[in-house]
Amino acid sequence: MKHTTIFSKMKFKPNPRSLLIALTIALLLLPFITDALLGRGWVRIVDFAMLYIMLALGLNIVVGYAGLLDLGYIAFFAVGAYCYALTGSPHLALAFPVAFPDGVHLSFWIVLPLAALLAGGFGVLLGAPTLRLRGDYLAIVTLGFGEIIRIFLNNLNAPINLTNGPQGISRIDAVNVAGAPLSATQNILGISFPSVHLYYYLFLAFTALVIFVSQRLEKSRIGRAWMAIREDEIAASAMGINTRDLKLLAFAMGAMFGGASGALFAGFQGFVSPESFSLMESIMVLCMVVLGGMGNIAGVILGGILLAVLPEVLRHSVVPMQQALFGKIIVDPESLRMLLFGGALIVMMLYRPAGLLPSRVRRRELGSDEVAEKA
Amino acid sequence: MTHTPSLLQLSSVSKQFGGLSALSDVSLHIRRGEIYGLIGPNGAGKTTLFNVITGLYQPSAGEFQFNGTHYQTAKPHVLAQAGIARTFQNIRLFANLTALENVMIGRHVRTRAGVFGALLRNRATRDEEHAIAERARKLLHYVGISKPAQTLAKHLSYGEQRRLEIARALATDPQLLALDEPAAGMNATETASLKKLLKTIRDGGITVLLIEHDVKLIMGLCDRVAVLDYGKKIAEDVPEGVRKDPAVIAAYLGGGDD
Ligand SMILES: Nc1ncnc2c1ncn2[C@@H]1O[C@H](COP(=O)(O)OP(=O)(O)O)[C@@H](O)[C@H]1O
Ligand SMILES: [Mg+2]
Repeated sequence: MKHTTIFSKMKFKPNPRSLLIALTIALLLLPFITDALLGRGWVRIVDFAMLYIMLALGLNIVVGYAGLLDLGYIAFFAVGAYCYALTGSPHLALAFPVAFPDGVHLSFWIVLPLAALLAGGFGVLLGAPTLRLRGDYLAIVTLGFGEIIRIFLNNLNAPINLTNGPQGISRIDAVNVAGAPLSATQNILGISFPSVHLYYYLFLAFTALVIFVSQRLEKSRIGRAWMAIREDEIAASAMGINTRDLKLLAFAMGAMFGGASGALFAGFQGFVSPESFSLMESIMVLCMVVLGGMGNIAGVILGGILLAVLPEVLRHSVVPMQQALFGKIIVDPESLRMLLFGGALIVMMLYRPAGLLPSRVRRRELGSDEVAEKA
Repeated sequence: MTHTPSLLQLSSVSKQFGGLSALSDVSLHIRRGEIYGLIGPNGAGKTTLFNVITGLYQPSAGEFQFNGTHYQTAKPHVLAQAGIARTFQNIRLFANLTALENVMIGRHVRTRAGVFGALLRNRATRDEEHAIAERARKLLHYVGISKPAQTLAKHLSYGEQRRLEIARALATDPQLLALDEPAAGMNATETASLKKLLKTIRDGGITVLLIEHDVKLIMGLCDRVAVLDYGKKIAEDVPEGVRKDPAVIAAYLGGGDD
């Protein structure tokens, strides 16, 4: 393999093993560093960023690999979140006082796989009627689906109060690990871990799992079939790919990631309400996928970090800045965030349509072009 | 397995688009191991016939038999599974995937690994992946693509893209390889080596169905030729017979065959 040797000589390539160890140590220390430098609120922001990364990686399976534009993805997050909200809180006592006088309090670890499976089922439910649709049409139907779920959650408080409507469900049980609730500070080996730190490690583990699953799928027979469908559905079917089954599988897998993240979200926040699952959130997650580089795991992670953290940076800088300059707030950070999003996406589409970190194939192709020029 | 002499048999296949009869009452049979040519003027219905036998179109009437099984309405992937592989007149590669990946995707229908195989990457899956890649590399070599296997399909030359489509189709282990104008846009040298490749493929035991505009290529290569005109089969014979057929001369070869 002449190419790889030339290529590796051209670029400094640190030993991947030591790089991985360094990265792991940095990630393990991150909540303490963040806490010390920026304060506890920022650890919470990092936790949310990880939830977004999990969501974005799930959506990446649907959009990035299989090429199915899904604008209702947040609905699966909602399904997972409400799954745990209902089965891990006192709420159901309202609707069924006789059957569940204290509500239902299933262990998070039992609900998690069920939430993922239920969301996966919803994924198939969304996928089945949309199999013939592509592009814009699919986007519109999925958008509608996302809204329907949200509207259901908003209105299923009568005649039986199932979801508690717009008020949402609160007092959701914290996630327990080895009998210890993550909602309280825990002392492990003499080090005290506040709740946000504990959830950080939980989310880190799940993010790692999601990355692992994505990577394995991407470089597999299934992943290739998805990409074939993305590239040319007719050619894919003529090559013997059962496009119906594989599209449903993509919807289901993506939805399962969404559902699992939703259950984590509910346990972490202790409260869910329909407004967390608006169309804006779906678009936000899609932007993470597109901005970072569709189909590329590292790109999607970068997109997730940028879009989850930047708004917070804005919030923390714009308000004090305006207060100092004008003595009052003229542009609220939320509108500014949308303005910057829109602007960033337009610039991206113009100058980096493949995303900040384009998918591996393009990168590899650029690499071999470089080689060709040097040779 | 039944070894009937004909591998593919069309019985009175018709295909209507609104008022237009793209195929009317076409019957033909292709024998195992032959190179069967399909010619006819533009718009005669050749591609439509391909689309019917590969499941992209449902015939309006009639049916076909492949390898002893009757099909009237079948999904493309079922026919690919049954052993029909094709190329497209207007090349349809997976443009943003590599040449190697394109061919590897052709192996999909003959391999098994599912989600669990992908996640566990157990011995069986690793062996299968290895075999897929190995076979794909061999096929790239077989059809004569010398560019690196990691080149994106869209960055291959036109002739190489046509060859890559053949390699991808061969990867499905077909019994019938249907090629829709594979020499279109090729220069004389490329056409000559394509001809050699098609002979090699046939000698390897694969039946070839060939749509081609280049009459010389058809005449020098095919065992039998069918001629379509306005959706009707107007002749079916050995090349010499077709060349002399008055109906064919009138409809197609006319003065064009210099
Ligand atoms: N999907 C379609 N819808 C409507 N008309 C079609 C379609 N496909 C082919 N046709 C028509 O059927 C006729 C035969 O086309 P085609 O099979 O592509 O011819 P050939 O491949 O022999 O040049 C043409 O008149 C073409 O316009
Ligand atoms: Mg044609």
